[in-house]
Amino acid sequence: MGQITLEKVTKKFGNVEVIPPLDLTIHDGEFTVFVGPSGCGKSTLLRLIAGLEDMTSGTLRIDGQDATAIPPAKRGLAMVFQSYALYPHMSVRKNIAFPMRMAGVDQATQNAKIDAAAKALNLTDYLDRRPGQLSGGQRQRVAIGRAIVREPSAFLFDEPLSNLDAALRVGMRLEISELHKKLATTMVYVTHDQVEAMTMADKIVVLRAGHIEQVGSPLELYHTPRNTFVAGFIGSPKMNLIDGAEAEKHDAHTIGIRPEHIDVDAQGGPWQGKVGVAEHLGSDTFFHIHDTGLAETITVRAPGEVSFDHGDTVFLTPRDDKIHRFNAEGLRFS
Amino acid sequence: MATQHSRSAARLMMAPAVILLLGWMLVPLTMTLYFSFKKYLPLRGGDLGWVGFDNYTRFITSSAFWPSIQATLIIVGSVLAITVVLGVLLAILLDQPMWGQGVVRILVIAPFFVMPTVSALVWKNMFMDPVNGLFAHLWNAFGLTPVEWLSQASLTSIVMIVSWQWLPFATLILLTAIQSLDSEQLEAAEMDGAPPLYRFAYITLPHLARAITIVVLIQTIFLLSIFAEILVTTQGSFGTKTLTYLVYQRVLESQNVGLGSAGGVYAVILANIIALFLMRIVGKNLDA
Amino acid sequence: MSRTVTTQRKAINTALAWGIGLLIFFPILWTFLTSFKTEATAIADPPVFLFFDWTLENYSVVTERSDYARFLWNSIFIAGGSTILGIIVAVPAAWSMAFVPSHRTKDILLWMLSTKMLPAVGVLYPIYLLFIKMGLLDSRLGLTLVLMLINLPIIVWMLYTYFREIPGEILEAARMDGATLRSEIIYVLTPMAVPGIASTLLLNFILAWNEAFWTLNLTAAKAAPLTAFIASYSSPEGLFYAKLSAASTMAIAPILILGWFSQKQLVRGLTFGAVK
Repeated sequence: MGQITLEKVTKKFGNVEVIPPLDLTIHDGEFTVFVGPSGCGKSTLLRLIAGLEDMTSGTLRIDGQDATAIPPAKRGLAMVFQSYALYPHMSVRKNIAFPMRMAGVDQATQNAKIDAAAKALNLTDYLDRRPGQLSGGQRQRVAIGRAIVREPSAFLFDEPLSNLDAALRVGMRLEISELHKKLATTMVYVTHDQVEAMTMADKIVVLRAGHIEQVGSPLELYHTPRNTFVAGFIGSPKMNLIDGAEAEKHDAHTIGIRPEHIDVDAQGGPWQGKVGVAEHLGSDTFFHIHDTGLAETITVRAPGEVSFDHGDTVFLTPRDDKIHRFNAEGLRFS
Repeated sequence: MATQHSRSAARLMMAPAVILLLGWMLVPLTMTLYFSFKKYLPLRGGDLGWVGFDNYTRFITSSAFWPSIQATLIIVGSVLAITVVLGVLLAILLDQPMWGQGVVRILVIAPFFVMPTVSALVWKNMFMDPVNGLFAHLWNAFGLTPVEWLSQASLTSIVMIVSWQWLPFATLILLTAIQSLDSEQLEAAEMDGAPPLYRFAYITLPHLARAITIVVLIQTIFLLSIFAEILVTTQGSFGTKTLTYLVYQRVLESQNVGLGSAGGVYAVILANIIALFLMRIVGKNLDA
Repeated sequence: MSRTVTTQRKAINTALAWGIGLLIFFPILWTFLTSFKTEATAIADPPVFLFFDWTLENYSVVTERSDYARFLWNSIFIAGGSTILGIIVAVPAAWSMAFVPSHRTKDILLWMLSTKMLPAVGVLYPIYLLFIKMGLLDSRLGLTLVLMLINLPIIVWMLYTYFREIPGEILEAARMDGATLRSEIIYVLTPMAVPGIASTLLLNFILAWNEAFWTLNLTAAKAAPLTAFIASYSSPEGLFYAKLSAASTMAIAPILILGWFSQKQLVRGLTFGAVK
């Protein structure tokens, strides 16, 4: 079991309100990702759930029970930190054993659980090493192992992949996702990387300045962003946002069109511009188009290899059914 | 990190240290203030009543007061100047490639670990003694008349002894600071065409500023209260009576507690003026 | 930085550095050598360096005459006791300031340092009087307490800077793992801070060992440590250089050796972590 409910939770540091009143329910077994730019309060929110920070007001419930005043150790949650926070003076085995030792679990059970966790995480050969002798990915797995053996009602991850290099990050992303499928335990995951959010989450919570901008599944957020902020934050490359005359043609204050929903050719189309930089990825080609009179740059994603060079004049055709419309407050309407 | 629980635990755990230091500071200081307004001669009648600011005026108008301030400032100032300048030079030298660097380091640091009474006595007798001291032998060898160091050049002698004790400290800290200088900065300056002297003046020296500040701060704390070096060499004669030593004499030697306490208050004020100045620098460093 | 340095350049550096190093070290070396001379050789003009009849006589004279063992034990007791007491008081305080900082932490730290700047003479008589009243004058316990108090600010500062380098996340992880505050400090913080605590111990032992204001003013025959032992040589009778040297060598040798072992950590400790 691991349902986490936040009711009118607020957090102030001194006079600065970091989290304005916020309500959120994380269902049992759900993989929830908090995503947002740095300073949006996502880590603070996670630490409030963990109990590492006091809430200024509001109620936190874990499985329906009021956990607001329960100290972190008693909440039945496990946390994986950004820096992994392994105990450098203990072997991997002792690191994983630490929470059980604190809970007074008997030695035999400890050993059985450590072995099981080590096997699941490919750490069996490293149990007697110190964290300092491990690679980044291995350390990450030890931190996860330490969390698993507690059999928590929910896992909390605080930007766990941000210290890994790009290749490892993709691998660990998959491992964590697989772990979630296997354990079916609630996981709350904080990241600033929208790709991690899109690929891992059952439910994404987009935060800005402590406010929840939108809650939904990855594809809901992709297809129906509630406002221009979510529209610009989710999806890569970013959605093009266009104001002014072109938007008014669609009776909107702002319109948004994703790069993959614009066709580019040399013959003709409603929009015209000059190629600035072309990025050839093989599978796709990204064009950054200038001088369109719409916005400073329009980004276009063309499938496969398309060869236009710097300075070429091209024509753009947005797909009308993929245009998002926003009002003056930046909110979506249709 | 900061939950209500941990914050109250923190306050509780800080309490012993804070209370002890507060007691250590306030109780004796209050007593000193109290005595400073009294005529108090433990061996000659004891407590002879309140005298207002008498002790303060008498202490400051006594012929020994200004010379003692002067001696204190000369010793602290000279030792600071000598140790910082020589310390920078020595640190730069020790940072150069050489054979046996580790051993040289050990040789240079050693005087710091010598207790003050030992270094003062060794210098006084075995080096500065006008008859049997090594300096006397050296002067004789050149046909010169040996100097009576501790009477003819008393302040210089004390400054020499104390500088010898503190040069290692300055050198060690400045050496560590130099070694922490990013060599890419110097290489960049070299590529930009800066000759060695400029590289020293515009890159090394500014980098050392913080370390020098710290050396000055910490040494001042210790130098203001040097005592044993004077006690076992000149016992305050020949113009080496520092404020510390003067107060010590009034309080314990002549047992004029009232007068000595007033002197103690002056010493506290003097130290506070310097401390205030230095605290500001440390406080700034603390933020960095 | 991998540029070849000419051998000639390196030789010049070496000669210069060794020359200066030996010059600075010379008084200690001279004391050490003199301690093995007879009194007559000790003042010989021209001075004799290595080629004399080495004798251990001075050491036995000094040890017999002045009960060296008692002074040594007093030094160890006072320096060791004050350091350990100081650490016990300082660890929790430094923990608080490093891991639960408030807007007052900086002020408290600076205030602590400022008590270190309080001139000892300013409080000499009150302490003297209190010691008489409480029967602490010339007692090891009294001196231990005073030295603990004067070094406490430095101990707190040193530990604070060491603790600050321990990532707070690790302590939070321990808390998430179910550790109480006590087990957090015992099982996680202390083992990680062992190097820092060790160098703090060492430095304060050295400072307490060499302290020479309170040890000279608050002790007489019973509790006097080595600083006072040496000071008793300041009014000499007859020839005494060799004996002075032997006594000095015995007083500084233990600390010199400890100091050499600890020179790497010293810088940090002495500068409150401000120079690394």
